[in-house]
Amino acid sequence: MHAFANPTRFLRFARPATTWLLLIGPALAAVGILAGLTLTPPDYLQGETVRILYIHVPSAWLGMAGWMGIAAASISQLVWRHPLAAVAGRAAAPAGATFAAICLMTGSIWGRPTWGTWWEWDGRLTSMLILFFMYLGYIALASAERERGGEGRITAIYGLVGAINLPIIHYSVLWWRTLHQGESIGVTGSSIDNSILWPLPLTMIGFTCLFGAVVLMRIRAELAEAKVEARLRRMSR
Amino acid sequence: MNPWPFVAGAYSVAILLTAALILWAFASMRRAEAAADALTRE
Repeated sequence: MHAFANPTRFLRFARPATTWLLLIGPALAAVGILAGLTLTPPDYLQGETVRILYIHVPSAWLGMAGWMGIAAASISQLVWRHPLAAVAGRAAAPAGATFAAICLMTGSIWGRPTWGTWWEWDGRLTSMLILFFMYLGYIALASAERERGGEGRITAIYGLVGAINLPIIHYSVLWWRTLHQGESIGVTGSSIDNSILWPLPLTMIGFTCLFGAVVLMRIRAELAEAKVEARLRRMSR
Repeated sequence: MNPWPFVAGAYSVAILLTAALILWAFASMRRAEAAADALTRE
């Protein structure tokens, strides 16, 4: 990671990586979505609504992965004072917030025909909603601290402390009696039949590539803005 | 209950929000990099 402490070296990697991620991501996501909508059979219990799985699961993963990235960037900033860490944390937040919102909305739409309700204040749904609000808080705090010319240390501490919500989201279906189904995809295997499951890795990887592209584009935008600000400051002296 | 309006609604939300996020990130990056390049050329 320290190899990318130099913005010029980082940009040498980021420019082609953005292009590749923007090419691979939509292609994989489109193939996965089309396969999920047309080639897989309906579920024996949920019927056709199971097809929401192919967008709901990637968005849930990316909503949580975004905050994992923020926590990693926060550690990198607080411990090693990596110059790009604060920028990376700020870049991950809008993408994480968007995917957390997609997760909540698609979950709500899935819940109506499956559970008979749009919303239920149970452990999984509530902890995911809290994650979304935490993203909004992070974006507001980072913006305020940046405007004041701060180093972003308070934002980094908030990002690190906020990571406590991630295991709560993950284990919520085990800790509390919940309407949300239990863990159906684990490290050792899945309770979902392969005939339904197979397009999911395509949408997972596709949306993850798009998430990566958005983060890289935000970092590039922030580096360019910083360059302009530094130049204008020098010119005004 | 017909499930297809729910499936279509969920996919519409996911695709529209993802597309909006990518377009916003791309536009802001292009704008910032163009401003930086213009200042370098001056």
